[in-house]
Amino acid sequence: MTTQEILEIIKQKFPEEQFEIKTNIGGDILISPPKVLRDLCFFLRDDERLSFDSLMNLSGVDLADGEKKKLEDGTFEILGGHLATVYHLYSMKHNHKLTIKVLLPKENPVVPSVERVWRAADWHEREAYDMFGIIFEGHHNLKRILLPDDWDGYPLRKDYKVQEFYHGMKVPY
Amino acid sequence: MAELKTDHIVLNMGPQHPSTHGVLRLEVVLDGEVVVDVIPHIGYLHRCFEKHAEAMTYPQVIPYTDRMDYLSSMYNNFGYVEAVERLMNIEVPERVKYIRVIMGEFQRIANHLVAIGTFGIDIGAFTPFLYCFRDRERILDLFEMTCGARLLYNYMWIGGLSHDLPPDFIPKAKEFLKDFKKSIKELNDLLSFNKIFIERTANIGILLPDTAINYGCSGPVLRGSGVKWDLRKNDPYSIYDRFDWEVVVGKGEMGTVGDCWDRYMVRVKEMEQSCRIIEQALDQIPDGDVTSAIPKRVKPPVGEIYFRVESPKGELGYHIISDGSPNPFRVKVRAPSFVNLQILPIISRGYLVADIVANLGSLDIVLGEIDR
Repeated sequence: MTTQEILEIIKQKFPEEQFEIKTNIGGDILISPPKVLRDLCFFLRDDERLSFDSLMNLSGVDLADGEKKKLEDGTFEILGGHLATVYHLYSMKHNHKLTIKVLLPKENPVVPSVERVWRAADWHEREAYDMFGIIFEGHHNLKRILLPDDWDGYPLRKDYKVQEFYHGMKVPY
Repeated sequence: MAELKTDHIVLNMGPQHPSTHGVLRLEVVLDGEVVVDVIPHIGYLHRCFEKHAEAMTYPQVIPYTDRMDYLSSMYNNFGYVEAVERLMNIEVPERVKYIRVIMGEFQRIANHLVAIGTFGIDIGAFTPFLYCFRDRERILDLFEMTCGARLLYNYMWIGGLSHDLPPDFIPKAKEFLKDFKKSIKELNDLLSFNKIFIERTANIGILLPDTAINYGCSGPVLRGSGVKWDLRKNDPYSIYDRFDWEVVVGKGEMGTVGDCWDRYMVRVKEMEQSCRIIEQALDQIPDGDVTSAIPKRVKPPVGEIYFRVESPKGELGYHIISDGSPNPFRVKVRAPSFVNLQILPIISRGYLVADIVANLGSLDIVLGEIDR
C-alpha cells in the first residue's frame, strides 16, 4: 500500500484533521498534527487493512529552521523553529511501510507518547528526550537514558553548547 | 505472632561485571532469590556518534560506524553505505555486491561465534569459548588478508570497497568453510546438547512472539520465539534474493519455544545457513573493478531515508537526513541491541537471579552499539 492509499483510509477515520504528504527520495512522508498522534497510531496498529504491528524506528530531529542569531563568542543560537519526531512503521502482515513526521514548536516540544501502542518506543522516546528535549506526554518513565540525569542541555540540538564543568570536571577538552 | 514482613533487596550488577558484556549496570530487585524486576542503566560508553556524524562528511562517518557494534563492523559498514547509496541513487558493480554479502556473512559467523562462546562462559562452560575463538580467528585472518584490519575494517565505501579480494582469498575461504562444518558438530557435542547447558537454558526466559514483536525485537531474539522473520528474506536488500537458504526459527526442542536455548540454537543454525550463502556467492562471484562506482564527491540530494539491514544481532537501521551539503544533517542509528535489551526485564521477572545471566547472554548485546 502506498502512503497515498494509507492516507485515504486515515482520512475516513479522522475527517477533521489536517494531514499532508511530502514527497521524498526514500519514500513519502505523512505529516501529522501532534495532538492526534496517539489515536492515529492506535488506529494504524489495530485497523485490519493497515495493521502496522511494528515500530521500526523513532527519531528526533532538530530542523533548525528558526532564526539564527550570532552570539559574541562566535557561537550561535536558534530562536524559534521546529523540532520533529519521525516514526517509521512497518506491517509484518501486509509488508508495507509508513513514515510519519510530527513537527513541534521548539519553545514547547510536546508530543503524545506512543509507548502504549508499541512498547519498542519506550527507550527510543527516552533517547529523543535525552538528546532533543522533546517531551513525550504520557510516557511512564521519561528520564535521560544515555546521559547522566543531571546533564545540562540537549546535545543533538543544532545550537547546543556544552557545559563548562560537570561536577567540577572540565567538559570540553 | 505478627506476620513476618519481608522487604525486597536491590542488588547492583555491573557496570563492571564479567557477565554484563561490557559496561552495563543492572539494578536487580530481588525477593529472596526470585527476580522481581530488572532495571538496565546504560550510557556508560556513550560518545555521541550521532553528533560526531553531523560534523563529518559522509565517507568520514564510515569508521565511526565500525565502532558501534565492534563485533560486527562489516555489517555496520554495509548498512550505512547501502543507505547512502540509495539516497544518492548509486548502482554498485556486481562484484561489489557479492563481496559485501560474503564479508557480511563471514561477519555474521564471527559474531555468532563470540555470542555463543561468551554465552557458554556466562553459563559456566569455558572450553567452548576457546573453540569458538579459534574459528573466529580464521575469519579475522581472512578479513586481515583483505583489508589489513582485524576488528575495525572501514572496508565498505560508498559506491564500492577499499580493496579487492586478494588472489588466495577464495581458496582459503573455501577451506575454512569445509573445516567449519566439523567445528559446528564439535560445538554441538560440546555445548548445545550438553545436559548441564540444557538444564541452565531450556525453559528459561521465555519470550512470547507477540511480546517480541511489540517490543521491537529482531534478529535471533525474535526468531528464537518462532517468528519466521529475517530481513534478508522478508524485505530483501542487496542480492540476498539470489541465494538458496532458509530462515531458522526456534522450535522449542529442549523446552518451550522462545527460551534461552532456542535463541542460542538459532545462532548455531544460522551459522550453517551463512556458510551456504557464502558457498554460493563464492561460486557465482563475477570479475570487475570494485572501485569504479566510488563517487568523487559525496553530496546526496535533499531528502531522507530509513534503510535497514539484518545485522547479526537484528535489525540495524540508519535514518539519514540530507540537506544537500557534504555533511549529513542527521544520522540516527536504530541499533538492534538497544531495542533488544528492553526485553530483559520482561523475560527475567519471576526467574532466579542466576537466570538473569543466562537471559542476558542469550540476547547477545554489545554495549558499543547500545550507547553509541
